[in-house]
Amino acid sequence: MATPAIKRIVTFLAGHIDSFLLTSLLVLLGVGLMTLYSAGEQNPARVTSQLANIGVAFAVMWVAANIPPHILKSFAVPAYIIGIVLLVAVDLFGEIVNGAQRWLDLGVTRIQPSELMKIAVPLMLAWYFDRYEATLRIKHFAIAAVMLLVPIGFIAKQPDLGTAILILASGFYVIFLAGLSWNILLALFAAGCASLPVLWSFMHDYQKRRILTLIDPTEDPLGAGYHTIQSTIAVGSGGVSGKGWLNGTQTHLDFLPERTTDFIFAVFSEEFGLVGNGLLLCLFLIVIGRGLVIAADAPSLFARLLAGSLALSFFTYAFVNMGMVSGILPVVGVPLPLISYGGTALVTLFLGFGILMSIRTNRKLVQT
Amino acid sequence: MSRRIEIRNPEVELARFRARLAVAGGVVVTLFAVLLARFFYVQVVQHDYYHALAENNRISIVPVMPNRGLILDRNGVVLAHNYSAYTLEITPSKVADLEATIGGLTSVVEITAKDRKRFKRLMEESKSFESLPIRTRLSEEEVARFAANRYRFPGVEINARLFRQYPNGEHAAHSIGYIGRISDRDLEQIEARGDTANYRGTDHIGKFGLEESYEHELHGITGFDRVEVDSGGRAVRSLARQAPVSGNNLILALDLRLQEVAENVFGNYRGALVAIEPSTGGILALVSRPSFDPNLFVDGIDPQNWDALNNNPDKPLNNRALQGQYPPGSTFKPFMALAALELGKRSPSYTIADPGYFTLPGVSHRWRDWKAGGHGMVDLHKSIVISCDTYYYGLAQELGIDAIHDFVSQLGFGGKTGIDIKGEQPGVLPNQAWKLKRYKQKWFAGDTISVGIGQGYNLATPLQLAMGTGVIAASGAVYKPHLVRQVEDSRSKVLTPVATDPVRMLDFKRENVQRVKAAMVDVTRPGGTASKAGAGAQYVFGGKTGTAQVVAMKQGERYDEKRVAERHRDHALFIAFAPAEDPKIALGILVENGGHGGSTAAPIARKLLDFYLLGKLPESMQVGEEDGDAGD
Repeated sequence: MATPAIKRIVTFLAGHIDSFLLTSLLVLLGVGLMTLYSAGEQNPARVTSQLANIGVAFAVMWVAANIPPHILKSFAVPAYIIGIVLLVAVDLFGEIVNGAQRWLDLGVTRIQPSELMKIAVPLMLAWYFDRYEATLRIKHFAIAAVMLLVPIGFIAKQPDLGTAILILASGFYVIFLAGLSWNILLALFAAGCASLPVLWSFMHDYQKRRILTLIDPTEDPLGAGYHTIQSTIAVGSGGVSGKGWLNGTQTHLDFLPERTTDFIFAVFSEEFGLVGNGLLLCLFLIVIGRGLVIAADAPSLFARLLAGSLALSFFTYAFVNMGMVSGILPVVGVPLPLISYGGTALVTLFLGFGILMSIRTNRKLVQT
Repeated sequence: MSRRIEIRNPEVELARFRARLAVAGGVVVTLFAVLLARFFYVQVVQHDYYHALAENNRISIVPVMPNRGLILDRNGVVLAHNYSAYTLEITPSKVADLEATIGGLTSVVEITAKDRKRFKRLMEESKSFESLPIRTRLSEEEVARFAANRYRFPGVEINARLFRQYPNGEHAAHSIGYIGRISDRDLEQIEARGDTANYRGTDHIGKFGLEESYEHELHGITGFDRVEVDSGGRAVRSLARQAPVSGNNLILALDLRLQEVAENVFGNYRGALVAIEPSTGGILALVSRPSFDPNLFVDGIDPQNWDALNNNPDKPLNNRALQGQYPPGSTFKPFMALAALELGKRSPSYTIADPGYFTLPGVSHRWRDWKAGGHGMVDLHKSIVISCDTYYYGLAQELGIDAIHDFVSQLGFGGKTGIDIKGEQPGVLPNQAWKLKRYKQKWFAGDTISVGIGQGYNLATPLQLAMGTGVIAASGAVYKPHLVRQVEDSRSKVLTPVATDPVRMLDFKRENVQRVKAAMVDVTRPGGTASKAGAGAQYVFGGKTGTAQVVAMKQGERYDEKRVAERHRDHALFIAFAPAEDPKIALGILVENGGHGGSTAAPIARKLLDFYLLGKLPESMQVGEEDGDAGD
């Protein structure tokens, strides 16, 4: 049946899709939908609505995959500048939701500019290092750091500590991969440790409480400690093999808060146990590994840095969320990538995967 | 390390990049290993512990709601309290067939269509594991009947819950306010304040008046019970308990009896009255008419009642005393007179010959006095007593708008007074800068002239009128108006007074204030514009009448044939203080479309003062006094 016309359509559609990456993502999305079905009290509406989100995310991925890296590169500066302008706008006229000023109401739709910055920041930094590739010096690293810290400052002020940390990490990866000297890295690390007390004094009370709660969750059982206590009970009671799909008692007796979004990993962990967790970590590792391979094979400095940063950022999201749910990191609002319910985060992630695919499928064209 | 710029070798660069990537990969694997170790620790090493917590002895943290603080008047009369009542509650997530359960319950206790509707609405806005009331205030007999049938209704319980009640109904409703169910919007604010933990288990929050503005005092601190629950979610035993701390009580400056009299003598007019204690700024009575019954809101107001309140053209939910902005009319004259004396623009003996109008040189417009033909020779004293417009046209012109603004604003006009409940409007006390900002126009000489008699751009709230009168009564001591006099700590019973020191002392010359006061006293005596209201008073009091034009319909108001004529009538105003020699009370009264200040507003003041100073009840309250306020 494979007439040339159909073949051409398939080539057109799949030409820039990395099937290895796509397959791993599909498996993870499947796991996510299963967990979501359980977490959402077996209400199929949640799953259907997440399927719609996935549809949109795939479309975004496909488009991104079909944009060659050199075109992508030309988006870097405008995307970054628009992002900064939007962040300033949020600061000035943003809508306050849950006490934080993160959203910009455009009348038709509300947008969260910090989400855009998750891609725009690494894109910008990769563009910058690529541009000065031949003459990279300490000065360039310093300028890159400023370009990174400006949006971080705005986002931390909203306050959205979770997103600020994620974007800080994504930018740091670019700077690290671009070859920042080890000595400076060590110095930064030392300075970072030394400035912790200063940082502490700048934190909001609720943020401080979250960190103190990590040390003793029982201190504030109705407040900040509630999430950690309940999610740790869920994880711990899952045991080695878990209670089985749809059988999580913590989940279904409604002790677990935000169980379809930020705390969905507790549901997974309770129902699939240590075995499930191990497998999930492997799946995440496969996606991250593929991303690193794409980075290693990428033809230009721009593509390399961008791909490396995207792969490592994906790792950060997963690590921060699982660390938070299992009680080794403070509670910051970060969803578990590909598993948590929610459209915006998913679209951003798949935009990243689309870029990775574009870098992968375009590498030979430039290399020769 | 070489600092020279070198020609980079792409092969070397790529190798370096890959090395860094490998380091990053190593970190990734290491951190995932840390996670795996954590999972191992929690899921294998500590599994038994958590398993026990989750399976056999699920630990549940049950919030224990604090009692909401009481609101009492200055004499200890209860204005808002809580009472305990049995409620029939359903936890939807524990009920297999909700319709059947509710149907079955109907045979045991009475459940009306209204109850069902409210329950449905509660379900939509709450989480399924919450226990939601379907019937409140069960009788003892109903409780007993349900107890006997309890086995038939899993997921249904009887709980004793506390309900807020406002025993005085509509009286002082605008001051006290009401509580209502916590909305999503409230939740956002609670979260923003970092109060989420304290509101776990609380389902009501102050929405209006003192209940809203003093929410942080009234709410108290939520306690908790750490209980073991069996697999059905039933509490087995309490492991630890932290008792809740009741909210603090509010003791008001308000005198409920005076409030009731004030509302009574106000009659069926729309409008507002504010009585203030000049020596403290305490609000003795605050009337906004028409009023509403705050009890309607406690259980969640039903749509009919809500529509009735919300669509009522008389806007009962508006607190006219601090939100209504009206031209002060002639009640503005004493403040102008004081300004004239203090700023040295008029001596007491300065006299004009009033022809019944005022003109500006080179302007053909005539500003007319309310009395055609004029008042003859008028000095400052007479200008207040007979309310001469012409005198103030000229005075305003000479003072200039900025001087008027700067002087009068010190007394509380043209800005929020800072009263301790939300929603206050600032009124307008114009000056050149204001007009430029508001209308992008420069100030004209003519604008000043109408401001002098409290018209033009001039707008004041009844609260500002009372406050300004209080400042004159207290000879320049400015206090922040406040409803709450003391906050009583629920644990220690310590009373914390609301600051009663004057915000500022205006350094008026004693004789100047005395002159204005003396003229205001003569307003209530024969020959004055409020002489009828003052006739036969057993104490000396000062006042000033006002009649403000309602020129056009306000924006957004619908044309209503039956009402239009009435709504075009003038507003009647009166300000007063008494007793003149040592003022204990200052009043600001505004009667919407009431006609003349002297004939409508001043008699209200007189009746109120008779009660406050002499204990004399108005006639309208003497009949059937034993019946209390039944049918009110």
